[in-house]
Amino acid sequence: MLKTLAPGTIRALKVPVFLLCLVPLAIILLETFGLAGMSLGANPVEELIHRCGKWGLKFLLITLAVTPLRGLTGWNWLIRFRRMFGLFAFFYILLHFLVYAGLDQRFDLAVILEDIAERPYITIGMAALVLLVPLAVTSTKGMMRRLGRRWKQLHRLVYPIAILGVWHFYWQVKLDTLEPIIYAAILAALLGYRLVSSRRRRAPGRPTDSRNGHDRTAHARRSL
Amino acid sequence: MKPDNRIRSWEITSERNYMNRRQFVRDAGLAAGAAFAAGGAGLVLPSRASANLADLETVQGPYSTDETPNTWEDITTYNNFYEFGTGKEDPYRNAQDFVTEPWTVKVGGECDKPGKYAYEDIAGPHTLEDRVYRHRCVEAWSMVVPWVGFPLGDLLKRFEPNSKAKYVRFKTLYDPDQMPGQRRAVLRWPYVEGLTIAEAMHPLTLMVVGVYGKELPNQNGAPLRLVIPWKYGFKGIKSIVEIEFTSRQPKTSWAVAAPREYGFYANVNPEVDHPRWSQARERRIGASVFAAKQPTLMFNGYAEQVASLYDGLDLRKNF
Repeated sequence: MLKTLAPGTIRALKVPVFLLCLVPLAIILLETFGLAGMSLGANPVEELIHRCGKWGLKFLLITLAVTPLRGLTGWNWLIRFRRMFGLFAFFYILLHFLVYAGLDQRFDLAVILEDIAERPYITIGMAALVLLVPLAVTSTKGMMRRLGRRWKQLHRLVYPIAILGVWHFYWQVKLDTLEPIIYAAILAALLGYRLVSSRRRRAPGRPTDSRNGHDRTAHARRSL
Repeated sequence: MKPDNRIRSWEITSERNYMNRRQFVRDAGLAAGAAFAAGGAGLVLPSRASANLADLETVQGPYSTDETPNTWEDITTYNNFYEFGTGKEDPYRNAQDFVTEPWTVKVGGECDKPGKYAYEDIAGPHTLEDRVYRHRCVEAWSMVVPWVGFPLGDLLKRFEPNSKAKYVRFKTLYDPDQMPGQRRAVLRWPYVEGLTIAEAMHPLTLMVVGVYGKELPNQNGAPLRLVIPWKYGFKGIKSIVEIEFTSRQPKTSWAVAAPREYGFYANVNPEVDHPRWSQARERRIGASVFAAKQPTLMFNGYAEQVASLYDGLDLRKNF
């Protein structure tokens, strides 16, 4: 059940999934403009920055959850949604940066550069955003074909990006680190899954893979 | 206390707007659902009016800024009071049933009149003053708040500190049953703050019992809190149950939690950055999303009154 979906079904599902990914943006916009009785609270710019940043991180984690979910459930069609999740992660993170640069720092380049140079949590956040750009640019089918094996190598950058992103969150929290630690724990689980499953694949003569349906991960070997 | 019938300038606008907005929020059914969808971060707060807080009889005090005060809503829903949670709206949500009557303050240390004093003994003898102060948080946001209180120095003198009293240490109530934030060791509880005796005796330093002419809401540190307007907000310890005169510099909560980031003095200083963020500018709460930040002033604009307290002190080292 659910292991295979017809190509038509997948295509039809993409529309509602896309709209669902836009819901955080819709809420953020209602709040920003004070519509439907919603507001960003007393410190709207900071709230806006935090909202966008956290949604960016959430979408990064969702993107990284695709491979483990596929492995565990055998729902291979999940991979067809991964690019969309990854691009939404880039979208919310870019928005996070633009709100910071525009509303918080008024596009004052000197101040922004000083922040990047002198505030380590901004340095690593900025590094994560810069590293995301080539992944977004090369996310098209044409680019995948053109880059071939190097595409996969390039897109492994998502691991350090996610680590930098969560670290950036952890580092800017004043004292109560519970929330970023939850993000870090989820990220650790998602990366840990990859370590374990790649080790299993490399250990020859062990029947584990084919026995509990892990052959699907083997099939998706070297995928992210 | 007799009710105060004078109409203050800020009453005409902010509080009524506050009530109207509340009504609006309550009526917007969509809001609650949308807030839920936002992942429980819901910025739509349950309605709670200021009506059940008594009016205080006050006189106009000195040192007030003529800047426009923040709204009642901003002042009472955007708070750092970790005893009730680390989210800005947690104190508003979690402090509503906090019991502040009866309230006792233990006074001790280097003074001739130690003892346990009821709230009435602490606040009763003093004339309450309206003082509109700038409030600068170490997180680089600021407000303008119409406090009600009396000079801390007038209170401390009644306890007759002796010549060994170089500092004053304050403690917040420790009561995890009532203060859910204390069930997690985010800070070392109870919260401790301190001032030099000169800072404590300075006429700007206020023991606060109210805001906007009314009793202090629980989330703002009822029933007794400090306000030291030239220092970062965290020096303004809330719900005080202990005052001790000491010969040694007290170990204050934030300085213990992160000594590299928070010092004993914590004077507002645009030239000394927090290790992780700039203190040069601040965002005024209540300003538009599209408003620019404003420059932070030395000693939060109170340099004329307090700079001489720190003559010869290296403010970079003693941050």
